[in-house]
Amino acid sequence: MGVYLASEDGFKPPSTADFNLPPVFGDNPFTTKPVFLAFFSVILISVFFILSARKAAVVPSKFQFAGESIYSFVRNDLARDVIGHEFMRFVPYLFTLFTFILTNNLFGIIPFLQFPTMSRVSFPYVLALFTFVIFHYVAIKHKGLIAYLKEIMFMPGVPKPVYILLTPIEIATYFLVRPLTLSLRLFANMFAGHLLLLVFILGGEHLLQGVIGLKLVSPFAFAFGIALTFFEFMVQCLQAYIFTLLTALYIAGALADEH
Amino acid sequence: MTLIKFNNWAAGEGANPLVPHTAELIVGFIAFSLLFLVLRSKVVPMFEKAFAARTEAIQGGMEKAERAQLEAERALTQYTTQLNEARGEAQKIREDARVQGAAIIEDLRAKAAEEAARITAAATAAIEAERQQAVTALRNEVGALATELAGKIVGEALDDQVRQSRIVDRFIADLEKSK
Repeated sequence: MGVYLASEDGFKPPSTADFNLPPVFGDNPFTTKPVFLAFFSVILISVFFILSARKAAVVPSKFQFAGESIYSFVRNDLARDVIGHEFMRFVPYLFTLFTFILTNNLFGIIPFLQFPTMSRVSFPYVLALFTFVIFHYVAIKHKGLIAYLKEIMFMPGVPKPVYILLTPIEIATYFLVRPLTLSLRLFANMFAGHLLLLVFILGGEHLLQGVIGLKLVSPFAFAFGIALTFFEFMVQCLQAYIFTLLTALYIAGALADEH
Repeated sequence: MTLIKFNNWAAGEGANPLVPHTAELIVGFIAFSLLFLVLRSKVVPMFEKAFAARTEAIQGGMEKAERAQLEAERALTQYTTQLNEARGEAQKIREDARVQGAAIIEDLRAKAAEEAARITAAATAAIEAERQQAVTALRNEVGALATELAGKIVGEALDDQVRQSRIVDRFIADLEKSK
């Protein structure tokens, strides 16, 4: 009841608690909004691309062209340009990664959904774990476990005393920094963006309930919220791109013979 | 009322946003794997098929165009050759015609000249014959007249044909001499 009273007394700013959405059905933790959104995105992406790719026509329809544009962006501009001649093996993964992150990010500004799934840290963790496992697996398979570990720990072409400094850094980079930055970058961007939108839109709503002077200020808060929505759109696309690009870079590094 | 439920639930869970939720980890894993399987089996091969077909179509089209161009070049060469041949032939025919025409004209001219000469000769001969005839006739008439006249004047009968003729001849010879 204290919370209820607080919201009556004054403005309660949006907090991290706003991201802990309750389960829709009872206490079942598998029925929260982010869970539904994640599955909804799977259905949405699958249906869109299956319908788009179904005909595989030489002269594409507008619909096929739309799907193809996204696919060829990931395939050519991300996978092929970054990974090189072995890129085709990784296209399905990178394509899934890009579309999954992009769609779930965009849920943050799509009316009525309006919640970026990736602002729940579990999802970026899972995706980063996939990338982590994949690029290590590819490197071990390509170079052999010993050679790979040796390459990480003793970077060739470096004076021996530098290893004291470099080896811990390299180990941390490969096994901690990469997966953590990958997931946290995505999570933090979505989290902060959503919080920002909440501040301006809930703030505008609260101002509207205040005295006449505050009512006049309220449209500015809403206008800023709308402007930030456009900004968020950019960030959401960019984060999906960065996550996929970095994954491609890590895979390319795993396949590269020289460091 | 929703607000209360909302915040109470959140407070119960603990608000640290960096702590993952087991349920969400599982869901993320399943959802992503599911999407990966669908896209890998249904979407990527189809798009690749379309790309390959397109590449092939473009390459096939280019080859076809190349072939067509070669064909066109060949035809052009052929037509040019034929045209040159035809031009040469026309030139030859014209030349022949000119030569032939000249020959025909020359021939006709010669024939005409010959004919003209023949006609002229015939006319000359006819005129000469007529003149001769006229001279003879005139001579006879003049002789008769002159004899008659002289007979009348001289009173001498000059009926004898032989003498008469002699006198006339002498007279004419005198005339020619005096001239």
